[in-house]
Amino acid sequence: MTLDFVSGLDLVWALLPEIVLSAWAMAVLLAGVWKTGGSEDEPESVRGLGWLAISGLVAAGVMNGLLYRVNVLGQPTMITIDGLRLFSNWVFLGGAALTILISFPYVTRQRLQAGELYTLILLCTVGMMVMAGTKNLLVLFLALETMSVAAYVLAGFNRRDRRSAEAGLKYLILGAFSSGFLLYGIALVWGATGTVSLPQIAETIEAGAGFTRLLLAGLGLLGIGFAFKVGLVPFHMWAPDVYEGAPTPSTAFMSAAVKAASLVAFLRVLLEAFPDLYVSWYPVVWWLAALTIVVANLIALTQSSVKRMLAYSSIAHGGYLLIAIAAANEVATASLLFYLLVYTVMNVGAFGVLMIVGDHGEDRNGVESYAGFGGKEPVLAVVFTIFLLSLAGFPGTGGFMAKIYLLQGAADSRLWTLAVLLALGTVASYYYYLKVAWYMWMKPARTGDATGPVWAPPSMRAALIASAVVIVYLGVFPGGLLEGARAAAEGLGLIATAGTLGLAP
Amino acid sequence: MSGLIDGLSYESWALHALLWLPLLGLVTVLLGPKDRAKHIAFGWSAGLFVLSLGLWWAFDPAGDLFQLVHDVEWIGAWGVHYALGIDGIALFMILLTTLTMPLAILGSFEYIREREKAFYAMMLLLQTGIIGVFAAMDLFLFYVFFELTLVPMYFIVGIWGGERRIYAAVKFFLYTALGSLLMLVGILYLYLAAREANGVASFHLTALLGAPLSLEEQLWLFAAFALAFSIKVPLFPLHTWLPDAHVEAPTPGSVVLAAILLKMGTYGLIRFAIPLFPDAATHPTVVALMLSLGVIGIVYAAWVAAVQPDAKKLVAYTSVAHMGFVVIGIFALTVNGLQGGLVVMISHGVSTGALFLLVGMLYERRHTREIADFGGLAKVAPLMATALVITALASIGLPGTSGFVGEFLALLGVFERFPTFAVVATTGVIFASYYMLPMIQKVLFNRLDRPENRQVRDLSARELVVIGPLLFLMVALGVYPAPVLERMEPAVRAVVEYVSDGRLGAE
Repeated sequence: MTLDFVSGLDLVWALLPEIVLSAWAMAVLLAGVWKTGGSEDEPESVRGLGWLAISGLVAAGVMNGLLYRVNVLGQPTMITIDGLRLFSNWVFLGGAALTILISFPYVTRQRLQAGELYTLILLCTVGMMVMAGTKNLLVLFLALETMSVAAYVLAGFNRRDRRSAEAGLKYLILGAFSSGFLLYGIALVWGATGTVSLPQIAETIEAGAGFTRLLLAGLGLLGIGFAFKVGLVPFHMWAPDVYEGAPTPSTAFMSAAVKAASLVAFLRVLLEAFPDLYVSWYPVVWWLAALTIVVANLIALTQSSVKRMLAYSSIAHGGYLLIAIAAANEVATASLLFYLLVYTVMNVGAFGVLMIVGDHGEDRNGVESYAGFGGKEPVLAVVFTIFLLSLAGFPGTGGFMAKIYLLQGAADSRLWTLAVLLALGTVASYYYYLKVAWYMWMKPARTGDATGPVWAPPSMRAALIASAVVIVYLGVFPGGLLEGARAAAEGLGLIATAGTLGLAP
Repeated sequence: MSGLIDGLSYESWALHALLWLPLLGLVTVLLGPKDRAKHIAFGWSAGLFVLSLGLWWAFDPAGDLFQLVHDVEWIGAWGVHYALGIDGIALFMILLTTLTMPLAILGSFEYIREREKAFYAMMLLLQTGIIGVFAAMDLFLFYVFFELTLVPMYFIVGIWGGERRIYAAVKFFLYTALGSLLMLVGILYLYLAAREANGVASFHLTALLGAPLSLEEQLWLFAAFALAFSIKVPLFPLHTWLPDAHVEAPTPGSVVLAAILLKMGTYGLIRFAIPLFPDAATHPTVVALMLSLGVIGIVYAAWVAAVQPDAKKLVAYTSVAHMGFVVIGIFALTVNGLQGGLVVMISHGVSTGALFLLVGMLYERRHTREIADFGGLAKVAPLMATALVITALASIGLPGTSGFVGEFLALLGVFERFPTFAVVATTGVIFASYYMLPMIQKVLFNRLDRPENRQVRDLSARELVVIGPLLFLMVALGVYPAPVLERMEPAVRAVVEYVSDGRLGAE
């Protein structure tokens, strides 16, 4: 099939995954109204709604797969069909499906409105998908807001819990603030170049509009907006509180997929609209990456709550990923995509075990709750150990391959200082990830804390075990996915990067 | 024997089997009955040892430098190869591993009482990791296995260790990881340089050997590699993780750590750090630094060992001293020195492994390792006393034991080029008797004045089986080392010649 975007119908075809998912979200919402007539604690209805939502994600995935077969003529900018979009969609859809799959017991026990929760996750996913697929700053902003508004509600979703409400409010205020930066940045860029389409901005700059103060100010504000959304130091202040206070399924989803979407969009904007301003934004991105890696890892060392530790760890991973943007070559873009996929699986998986240990609530997230877990639930403890080792980037896991790939991207642009910082940050992260492992395996369970067997339905166990298998498989045979990521990154890299320009410190 | 090896086409599958069968063993241990875990694990490791003996005949001392070579693409996009092969150096490291593992497992039958399945699974995982380190010819593959050995060792120390086990396990893990992650960045730098020079992306050792590097680059990269390996060795002053890890580790953990894991450091120096960066490795400052640290390690560790009240800690410090001999032997960069270093590696593996096993046996009987708590054991446990005396003498390098051959050759090699260092290092041999013999005296001979010590059982049949082969090797290597030296020599000569050419000079 060929799309040339002459007729408006072609846009519908190009947007099919998003359209299917939006429609499905409405269906889930309606089904939620019918199903939960005051019986929130019925596990069957939660499961039913969950599987309905997952089937929507699968349907969107099928559509996404079909888009690979489409020939595209011309350069549509409102919505594009390229490798970056299609590959990122797998990350978002997979992250959403995994999150829903492991959330059933939590939703049941916390008496959350399953229909609304899953609808919001689907709508948030739609926002991400459009965000990764557009080459237009205004559409990007609309998509980002769709995603963010859903995420604000997800953070404050457990309204009976004060911490969740606080997280929601905090996220809303700071998120709105950062959206303001972003929008102001878009306005200034439009003022300087007269367009909001990324390729046209690049053309205008190439034709001589570069380096005006207006444009640089716009770019700076855009960068601040994205740095807030990704949670990069020093714009990360909201992240630990929000991630800790939000209901754990929301945290899992936000720390993986929302971060992924913001990073992909950030990468696309910088590489497609501002390639000629590389010398201007490269040092900023460099410092953001360096600061994020150092600060997030150091603070994570001191955390005693595993949930908060994972929050800081996710900030640190954002820093690692930013290295790929600073490197700005095709290998780095491919490594970002590969990393995001692996990171989503391992991070959501880790939060899944966190939910089980926390008894699907928020009171047992401290590291001491993990004492003796290895003896009580050896399989889940092994699974969690695999997730932790993968987050730490240990050989034999997908996280290792992702880090190696990222380092290769950095090496191609001669970013050796960042590469060494990544290595040192990883050493620090070994400590805080292993801390959980040593509580699980090396400390006896506390006396007087004798809880019964942990509650994890078979679907949740199966999802976690499957995720661990995927992580190990990618750690041993990453070849296929590597090539997929490499193909998706085609054309998304600069020729003149830090290495060739002699910028790298 | 050679006919049998050819008939089975042993050369084509031996390394793969040695590498991966432990993982199959791991699965059977986990699936098998709980009270049989130790027997299953021992069966696998003993079988693997028998299997590995074939390497002795399959390896032709007059043949190619690297033999039993296999090369399959693993991650094509990056040029990573599943490339295995052994030379005369790796051969003995693998044999040492396959010998030590069953003995360590057999030696833990009484010591490990809880979570047995997990313990033996970790031991077998460790074996895969170690064999991978010694058999890998691809730097990426090597790195994966090098790091992989950390996880089982972390759990072995952390779960089955003594009181401060978590501290020791984490310290061990972080120290080693710090070095190896910086080395990883170095590996990537080297890979990139080789890719730009050859036009082919590859992590294979032969491809990386050709990377053009300036002296400054070589020095930086050598520093990254040498740091990783020196922490593992451990070289003074990076050795502080070792006494903690050894004291807290369960006996089999200590045995494997001392006998094999430390050798991964010196092996890495010989196999990678020196040949890859020859101009850095022969740089006068680098050589002086490494020799000085080695010599300081020898003397300092001997002094520290002499005042340890805890027998296990004493043995731990002797490891630092012995590995110092290996390092000076290596950095003398003479055939004798390198060969001596390798023999010390084998000898130290055998004798220190045996010392840890014996100290563990004492601990099982008396639940203490304080030297002062023992005395007069020779009367009640003559077999154990004999074993301990022979082991101690081999450890301090008495002529006629394996320790002597290695230390003598290493010192000879150093003396050929750096007489001053050799003289100072030789004092370490004297200090060795100063720490070891009083310990033997206090434990075995003094008066049998404590009633508890009268109850000490002599070695059981199982323990004799554990110690016997090690004692045999100590003496055999000391009396007739020629077959070993002959197999090592081509590989050693190749390293020395390659390095003396230098990379910059060759262009």
